[in-house]
Amino acid sequence: MESFIQQLVAGLATGSIYASLALALVMIYQATHQVNFAQGEMAMFSTFIAWTLIQFGLPYWVAFFATIAFSFVTAGVIEFVVIRPLHKAAELSVVVVFIGLLMIYHSAAGWLFGSSIKEFPSPFSKDAWYGGQLMSSHQVGSIFVALCMVAVLFTFFRFTTLGLTMRAAAQNPGSSRLLGVNVGRMLMLGWGLAGAIGAAAGMMVAPVVFLDPGMMMGVLIYAFAGALLGGIDNPVGAIVGGFLVGVLENLIGTYVVGTELKLSVALVLIVAVLIVRPAGLLGRRIVQRV
Amino acid sequence: MRTKSSSAPRSSRTEILLALSILVCAFMLTFFVKGYVLFQASMVLSYAIALVGLNLLTGYNGQISLGHGAFYAIGAYTTGILMDRVGASYWACVPASGLVCLVAGYAFGMPALKLQGLYLALATFALGVVTPQLLKYKYLESWTGGVGGIVLTKPSAPFGLSLSDDQWFYLFSLVVTAFMFVIARNLIRSGTGRAMRAIRDHGIAAESMGIDNSHYKSMTFGVSAAFTGVGGALSAISIQFVSPDSFTMFLSISLLVGMVVGGVGTLWGSIFGAAFIMFVPGLAEGISKDAAWGIYGLVLILFMFVMPGGVMGLIARAQTAFHKSRNKGTA
Amino acid sequence: MTHLLEVRGLTASYGSTEVLHGIDLDVEVGRVTALLGANGAGKTTTLRAICHYQVSTSGSVSFNGKRIEARTTEQIALLGVGHVPDGRGTFLGMTAEENLRLGSHHRGNGPDVVQDLERMYGYFPRLQERRNQQAGTLSGGEQQMLAIARALMARPTLLLLDEPSFGLAPLVVKDIFQIMRRIRDEQKVSILLVEQNAKVALELADTAYLLETGRVVKHGSSAEMRSDDAVRRAYLGE
Repeated sequence: MESFIQQLVAGLATGSIYASLALALVMIYQATHQVNFAQGEMAMFSTFIAWTLIQFGLPYWVAFFATIAFSFVTAGVIEFVVIRPLHKAAELSVVVVFIGLLMIYHSAAGWLFGSSIKEFPSPFSKDAWYGGQLMSSHQVGSIFVALCMVAVLFTFFRFTTLGLTMRAAAQNPGSSRLLGVNVGRMLMLGWGLAGAIGAAAGMMVAPVVFLDPGMMMGVLIYAFAGALLGGIDNPVGAIVGGFLVGVLENLIGTYVVGTELKLSVALVLIVAVLIVRPAGLLGRRIVQRV
Repeated sequence: MRTKSSSAPRSSRTEILLALSILVCAFMLTFFVKGYVLFQASMVLSYAIALVGLNLLTGYNGQISLGHGAFYAIGAYTTGILMDRVGASYWACVPASGLVCLVAGYAFGMPALKLQGLYLALATFALGVVTPQLLKYKYLESWTGGVGGIVLTKPSAPFGLSLSDDQWFYLFSLVVTAFMFVIARNLIRSGTGRAMRAIRDHGIAAESMGIDNSHYKSMTFGVSAAFTGVGGALSAISIQFVSPDSFTMFLSISLLVGMVVGGVGTLWGSIFGAAFIMFVPGLAEGISKDAAWGIYGLVLILFMFVMPGGVMGLIARAQTAFHKSRNKGTA
Repeated sequence: MTHLLEVRGLTASYGSTEVLHGIDLDVEVGRVTALLGANGAGKTTTLRAICHYQVSTSGSVSFNGKRIEARTTEQIALLGVGHVPDGRGTFLGMTAEENLRLGSHHRGNGPDVVQDLERMYGYFPRLQERRNQQAGTLSGGEQQMLAIARALMARPTLLLLDEPSFGLAPLVVKDIFQIMRRIRDEQKVSILLVEQNAKVALELADTAYLLETGRVVKHGSSAEMRSDDAVRRAYLGE
């Protein structure tokens, strides 16, 4: 029983990472109906930035927030320079460009920071939490950081005017423009937020899986699964889906399929959701009008 | 994104003459270059067939696949297993791999029917990432050789012909490639090909005109996988080795790059694309370990903005400009 | 007296198709001007052209003495032009109140916004009942009221109304137009009203323009238009 709870907690901890990345994916999807295939690599690159800052002697939390800010800005710039010009382009062109971004971020990380595996510190100790056997401080910390982010974002979107206009720009860009909302700027902000969230996710997962350019590729797949499971147009769904996938991955990996095949579970989940219930658990059912 | 070459048939006679001359040149190559270059040429051919496969699915039928490396792997492993574990002859393994991939592709294509554009891209992306893990699955180890993979030997020339192994296999690959290209060309020009393109361009309208979208889309998936599988099979024999880490996401993305560089929705573009993905990583290694990723990334983005039709698109534009200037002269 | 809105030689095209072929139009301060015409005459296009929204234009548009034809849609909105689009443009996934707050987004969350909200609820009590409901669940008439109120939240000087009667039952239309009369009298907002329903439009408007295939073919006071034979036959069914 104890080991089951351990697996559950571990699942929630990794799930918090998936939930964060899934949230970033959903934010961009909601606003643009595009899937940011490069989200994982962007997060990985940000984590390398944080690592570099820490190597230079910056205290952890200073590096953390500096990286968040850096990721916010660069993601916004990418939206403006690379993605915005494509808003009328065919789907294949857009997908190709996203893959291109993925490739560039991946190689830039390896080139600038080296591809050897590096240790990344956690602000929370790796020891067991309060001496108990069930979970480590880092796991609890991960979950806590993810939930904090969610709370901050929820408050932002629900209760601030900027959050309102960002939601409006995502839902109905035409009407938004007629009300004087600068839709382009809202898109940049959305991307910036997604980049920031991804960076946080990367920094939470790096202490566990160690930092190297390939760190986020698998995580991205889990995040996809989480976003789809929850409903790709629903931020709450992304969170729920992410945590669920984390738990499922761990339980199925431990008790059913074996750890080597855990990632395949994500693939099966993705295909299953897309076939059985494409809107996910909480998403809106979209009917294609002929 | 469509290029003109995917809908307007070029002058048949010129095309056939061009193809034959290229074939003859390729044939002559056998006797003038070293074994290693022939190995590289064989790899280009195997990539070319794989790219034709991807082009059929994405270029001509509009279904985006970011995980075609999986089918390349299935083709390669089918050949590896048949040759090494079952003792089959290489010339039977290649079509057998094609057949296995045809079935696998069709099977994957059926659930894929429900997945529109972006979602299919997502699912195939996941497939591409997961492939090495699946190949390392320990319950399949007796067949796949696990992490260690399978070692193969290149066949020698039959009938005592005085050709080296490299030379013989290059010629064999050449024949297979020519054969596959002819099949692809005929498919594209047939009613089926038109149906495929109709589905790509106006899916709903196609359905209302009586085209059974589901049938054509799954069939295209199957055929596409078969082509890519044949490419994979050839590569397995060329390299004389299959292992899970040869079939990572980088491969799937390489295929995408090859298709984009050559020209999406073109047949001949596959050759240019194949050459690109064969030689660029080698050159890139000199710069840094992951430089190939970066070059591919830049190429993908640049091409979308500047050269969306790929090399074939460029050639088509040059041709149009040439014809225009000729007409101006005679007017 | 300078007009609030002065349009001269306005042409508009969707892509390469020209749809408006040189419109001249004036809206006076504090007045209601109607833009009439059949389906496809170019009425909606005219409103879009004034806002430089989804069409490419040439010609001149002056608002409050300033030339705006080269400005962006967002800039024009912030200058005080409120556009209630055809189809209402409701933000379906948000509550009614959120829709209203969007109208005043550039003024933030302050007490004057709360005051304006109360005023809108005064005009449209049904919206107050439904303030926390998803806008997508509101009826057609309620969504139209919501759209008008949302535009008014921005405290516009000029209100562009695109076919407010569209798809609504006659009683609902009557209701809405009555409220608009109140708004016209109490708020200091001028209105350019696009309507297929000429009868109801001419009852509210002071002046009217008649559009046919992208050109103004007649204009004058509503009284003049109402007594015009051609207008009566074609648009008033008399």
